[in-house]
Amino acid sequence: MNKIFIKQISKSFGATPVLRDVSLSIADGEFLTLLGASGCGKSTLLRILAGLELQTGGSVAIGERVVDGVRPKRRDVAMVFQSYALYPHMTVQDNMALPLRMRRLSSWQRLPLAGRFMPGTTATTAEIERDVTRTAKALGIGHLLARKPGQLSGGQRQRVAVGRAMVRQPAVFLMDEPLSNLDAMLRVQMRAEIKELHNRLGVTFVYVTHDESEAMTMSDRVAVMLDGELLQVAPPQEIYADPDDRRVAEFIGSPKINMLEARLRDGGLADAAGTSFAVAANVAHGTALTLGIRPEAFHLVDAGGANILTGAVRLVEHMGSDLFVHLDVPGTEHPLIARLLAERAPQILTGQTLHLGVKPERLLLFAADGKRLRPHNHRNGTVLRMRELAQ
Amino acid sequence: MSLATSTAPEPAASSTDSAGGRKALRRQRLAETITAWSLAGPALILLVTLFFLPVFAVFAIALTDWQFGASDLAFVGLGNFKEVFADEGFRASLVNTIVYVAIVVPGTISLGLVIALLIESGKSCRAFYRAIHFLPFMATLTAMAIAWEPLLHPTIGLVNQTLASLGLPTANWLRDEGTVLPVLAVIGIWQNLGYAMVLFLAGLKSIPQDLYDAADIDGADLWFDRLRTVTLPMLGPVSMFVFIVVALRAFETFDTVQVLTQGGPGHASEMLLFTLYRESFQYLRTGYGAAVAVVFLCIVVALTLIQARVLDKRVHYQ
Repeated sequence: MNKIFIKQISKSFGATPVLRDVSLSIADGEFLTLLGASGCGKSTLLRILAGLELQTGGSVAIGERVVDGVRPKRRDVAMVFQSYALYPHMTVQDNMALPLRMRRLSSWQRLPLAGRFMPGTTATTAEIERDVTRTAKALGIGHLLARKPGQLSGGQRQRVAVGRAMVRQPAVFLMDEPLSNLDAMLRVQMRAEIKELHNRLGVTFVYVTHDESEAMTMSDRVAVMLDGELLQVAPPQEIYADPDDRRVAEFIGSPKINMLEARLRDGGLADAAGTSFAVAANVAHGTALTLGIRPEAFHLVDAGGANILTGAVRLVEHMGSDLFVHLDVPGTEHPLIARLLAERAPQILTGQTLHLGVKPERLLLFAADGKRLRPHNHRNGTVLRMRELAQ
Repeated sequence: MSLATSTAPEPAASSTDSAGGRKALRRQRLAETITAWSLAGPALILLVTLFFLPVFAVFAIALTDWQFGASDLAFVGLGNFKEVFADEGFRASLVNTIVYVAIVVPGTISLGLVIALLIESGKSCRAFYRAIHFLPFMATLTAMAIAWEPLLHPTIGLVNQTLASLGLPTANWLRDEGTVLPVLAVIGIWQNLGYAMVLFLAGLKSIPQDLYDAADIDGADLWFDRLRTVTLPMLGPVSMFVFIVVALRAFETFDTVQVLTQGGPGHASEMLLFTLYRESFQYLRTGYGAAVAVVFLCIVVALTLIQARVLDKRVHYQ
């Protein structure tokens, strides 16, 4: 079993804290993505998992074994780097064979000339060559084995980097933004290939990215990080639809979620942007709230009223199947963005007054400190799932 | 020699204004040519007067029996070259130079690399170590050679005193045929070390950390494996550069010979440039000296070409 337990990891570079008390458990065979803006500490966490960086506090266990202070090569993890980190002077064959040579051959057997004459070297080398060829074929780079990284395209280099990680069949794959150096088309293709690879190998993947679409499309669960803190760990759909924190809601989703500042008054109503919304939050009257409304939560209505926002159309963006309508609503700082189905929306003109309704159950409520406010009976799926995994 | 000038594609001129158009075009081309020559001209003049003409002059003088200051000269063909190669002194000088280079180049490169690696792996006083190792390269070698002389003095020199106090055999370092060339080579290494070190340090800085991380994960995490997998191959281009520069500098060694040994004892420490200097400027046999210069030039050019060819193929460039 290759579960990963990350317990209260903290890390500082000098006086600058980079990770604060991060705890996370990753199930065997899970595809977990660490998602966050650059500088949030996600790569540092991955490097701590790999053993390339030493944590300031806390502990990491892979499988049943606590690996704090264990050298990277003894952790049974493989890593794919953003820069691919292929050895530029070696052929693809040698690049992929290196992790096997380092493990299967003794230092004497690896010696430049004399090594060949050590007993067992020939047999082991042949075996390594077979393994490399098999892995290369599986990745469709069998014909590139004699080339050097400088002669390969970005996509091919990426495959070689994956191949070098794959060839020794590690228990855990760590990937640090492996697709960010590729062009958009190739990125989408490689995204699918990495996901397929995960399905085929069935081992644990920890994937670091700042790209929301990569996280949402590939992961079993997404861990959203900000400023060295883990904000929420949940399956992609839950991260999107049921965020724990205002910052998570704002980070996930394009166009961005609309945020309206509101104040709670009698009768479970909250006033925002000149209208009142029925909210089901267990907080005292007069509390300041933020209402989060996803762009697609709006629907067109004929006239204003409760739960309905009215404003003038500022801009209409046609996206094919959808329309993004930017609406200037009095009392809001930024224009609201609504995502309407193109086929259902009538002709919308700039300057036109539009009424957009929101169903109460689609409102996301956040307290002043950014924490999500849920209705009484709403159970926190994330917490439950975390507990399940930890058991 | 032709200078490339960029010209705009010829516009499709109609029959009525084609003559005027052509004239304008010609004028434009002329202006571009003048600009090009006036920009390249100064550099070209300098190159010709300071480099090509002297080289040509040396070749020409080598074919004559001209003596410096003499008013007449005669064409002797390859006579000087025949004399050069028949001369025992020159042959000794050539062999000495090759031996000297064969000690200085590997010594400088390996020691420079080791010191660069040590400085890079340490955390404190990096600037200090860099500075003290680079100092000999910056200082005038003549002054430094004078400092070496008392160190190597047979009776009161620090080297012999130290050896004697340790009960080790001493030597008359600069007056003994067996030791003089190795001692000069050690001084040569000492002088070039800092230069090689600084270049290696720059090379080490440019190796991406990712490669070391990948090596760690792949299992190449002992110092020897890291060195073989990442450091040395990635230093390939720098090493080639250091190799060529140090080899050329070693071939050109003159100051230490002139100040410390005058080529002696016998011909034991005579080297090419010293021979050249003595023949041309002390014995005033300019024709003969020019022939030595031509041989020297050929060796240096051949060496550069061979090094560039051989190493270029085996060295990775990113």
